[in-house]
Amino acid sequence: MSNKRVIMLGNEAIARGAYEAGVKVSAAYPGTPSTEISENIIKYKEDIYSEWSPNEKVAAEVAIGASLSGVRAMASMKHVGLNVASDPLYTVSYMGVNGGLVFIVADDPGLYSSQNEQDTRMVARAAQVPVLEPSDSMEAKEYMKAAFQISEVFDRPVILRTTTRLAHSQGLVELNDREEIEDVPYEKNIAKTVMMPGNAKLRHVEIEKRNLELAEAANTMPINTVEMNDTKIGVITSGIPYQYVKEALPNASVLKLGMVNPLPKKLITEFASKVDTLYIIEELDPVIEEQVKSWGIKAIGKELFTVQGEYSANMIRGAILKEDIGTKAPAVAPGRPPILCPGCPHRSVYYVLNKLKMHVAGDIGCYTLGAVAPLSVVDSVICMGASISSLHGMEKAKGKDYIKNWVAAIGDSTFLHTGVNSLMNMVYNQSTGTVMILDNSTTGMTGHQDHAATGKTLMGEPTNAIDIPNLCRAIGVKNVVEVNAFDIATLEKVVKEEVAKDEVSVIITKTPCVLLDKSKKPVYIAHSDKCKKCGMCMKPGCPAMTKKADGTIRIDDTMCTGCGLCETLCKFNAIELLKAGDK
Amino acid sequence: MATKNIMIVGVGGQGTLLTSRILGGLAIADGYDVKLSEVHGMAQRGGSVVTFVRYGEKVAEPIVEEGQADVIIAFEKLEALRYSHFLKEDGALIINDWRIDPMPVVIGAAQYPENIIENLSKEHKVYTVNATEEAKKLGNSRVFNMIVLGIAAQHMDFAKETWYEVIENTVPPKTIDINKQAFDVGYNM
Repeated sequence: MSNKRVIMLGNEAIARGAYEAGVKVSAAYPGTPSTEISENIIKYKEDIYSEWSPNEKVAAEVAIGASLSGVRAMASMKHVGLNVASDPLYTVSYMGVNGGLVFIVADDPGLYSSQNEQDTRMVARAAQVPVLEPSDSMEAKEYMKAAFQISEVFDRPVILRTTTRLAHSQGLVELNDREEIEDVPYEKNIAKTVMMPGNAKLRHVEIEKRNLELAEAANTMPINTVEMNDTKIGVITSGIPYQYVKEALPNASVLKLGMVNPLPKKLITEFASKVDTLYIIEELDPVIEEQVKSWGIKAIGKELFTVQGEYSANMIRGAILKEDIGTKAPAVAPGRPPILCPGCPHRSVYYVLNKLKMHVAGDIGCYTLGAVAPLSVVDSVICMGASISSLHGMEKAKGKDYIKNWVAAIGDSTFLHTGVNSLMNMVYNQSTGTVMILDNSTTGMTGHQDHAATGKTLMGEPTNAIDIPNLCRAIGVKNVVEVNAFDIATLEKVVKEEVAKDEVSVIITKTPCVLLDKSKKPVYIAHSDKCKKCGMCMKPGCPAMTKKADGTIRIDDTMCTGCGLCETLCKFNAIELLKAGDK
Repeated sequence: MATKNIMIVGVGGQGTLLTSRILGGLAIADGYDVKLSEVHGMAQRGGSVVTFVRYGEKVAEPIVEEGQADVIIAFEKLEALRYSHFLKEDGALIINDWRIDPMPVVIGAAQYPENIIENLSKEHKVYTVNATEEAKKLGNSRVFNMIVLGIAAQHMDFAKETWYEVIENTVPPKTIDINKQAFDVGYNM
């Protein structure tokens, strides 16, 4: 297997790096753009135990426990997942590690699939945790090994930071064998591992010292590299922006930081003194720039570059070389925002809520897309689990009658992530709200990962499946109703009944994600001669349906998945089954 | 060789990822350095998606910049229009003559542009095929992307045997024959 070159997604390379680094335990909750790390780690299941945990805090703590027991361990998550895991992060920073401990955190500049654009380096600085940042797949793999070494040598948890562009780009990777790392023996040492005030006070002193040592060592670390060329332009950069710099400024001198926290002050000062103009090119926040400028070094950064979105070589050419790139303006074209798939059970549920003129406190998942026309039912989306708690807050502010035309809508995976805490709060604090759990039997948006209620582990083993209706009953919800998402008549009746009650209700629409079912689907056809052009079938906004020039409907037979919602809605029998499916 | 820049554009769910992986496989088979950039997650859900493939002696950035694409492979007409400014002056634009209305058009908030192919042909080298209909003739509408790829292959410098080999290694084993047949349809057009 040694020295073979293969093409790998950044996330796949991180998984390979974990394998080669001798990792024994990996935990995660899916989140774009980090999900494929765990999906690739299962290739090494002979050597690495890996799991989907219900949320990132749990995943981080699983990894901390494994490290404490003396093995190399990791947890991976997206940037907002680190918020959920920040409680253990800040404190394990004081504790340090036994076996090496690495958190892989994926930022999303440009918000391809996220609710904000936060910069993990800021969190890491606050938690005083070292951060490595690779710039391609090969480095992603190698930096995993460097991260574990730094973790063990300096007794620190380490963050490997990626971005969407790195995580979802493929590049060539040279493979190496797995290093067999011996477990570190566990020795009880409460001064280091019981973070009560007396101990934590002393640990704070200790980690300040460790960080200074690490910052000093960073000046000579091989992952911080200087490429001296023409000295008119000097650039400090890291991660993916390094590639844009190489493309746009091939003759410039470059200080490429492989470790972006803590910074190598001597190395940076020396580099700055050798170049005429120093630029700092980093996507998102001016994390490097503000520190460098605070040392009295003259540099140009966010004066020229945005704190939003992704960079590109053209952007750098324009900003630094003042080159006229001469690119054409994009053509005028109607947008194509993401939408619910044809046959998605969420569409059916939202159609009913729209018909009943309900407001929806929404949540994170495919069903966030119920906010856009024509469904337009979702009023708010904040973070994982917030649908339920924010509805409760609204009721407490305005009274029970105020939320009679509101429901919270949350997916099964998100409910188990943090939604269940919010539901416990509703029961405890005597809420009267209605929660809809849109249970599609998977973690949909991130590409179909198992979770605690699917009955299968990440490693593919059958396991206990948490029974969501019984879970709701067990925490004291008296009204738990299960409905098929496509049975719109029953669903309408149930929603009306449950919101009218002065008690907490949970309505579970259990219908699997249409993409999970790989069987051949039925296809429907719309007959122009029977069509009265009433537009009823178009109300749910199915992408397989278009209005023809004469106002009648065409169903795209390559997109139709035979859910039958349009047939149910047509009062004139103009929509009929064209081809039966496997079932 | 100067780095080659290829883009695959389409609608989420049309198989842009599979196609880009085939292009990546070709570049590796011929010994090039290669980088690919993909779209996963929410954007994939029926949205506009773009995949970049770059290969050459040494590739730095994984994205294709505006005005630098040698070939754009478009699985849908509106997406061809949306990304056409990425094309080089002499670049080739391969378009599946297929229309999928985006939601703003479905709900009447926007118009689907008329005469996309005719207008693009005035400025660019455009090659079109109704690959979706051609694929239906083969009995599997899903292999339309392989027909489009067959046309693109005429404008790229990989041997036909290499295409076959990479297709065999990339698509699910049961679908190798139908995918190669579809590729041939495009390649022989």
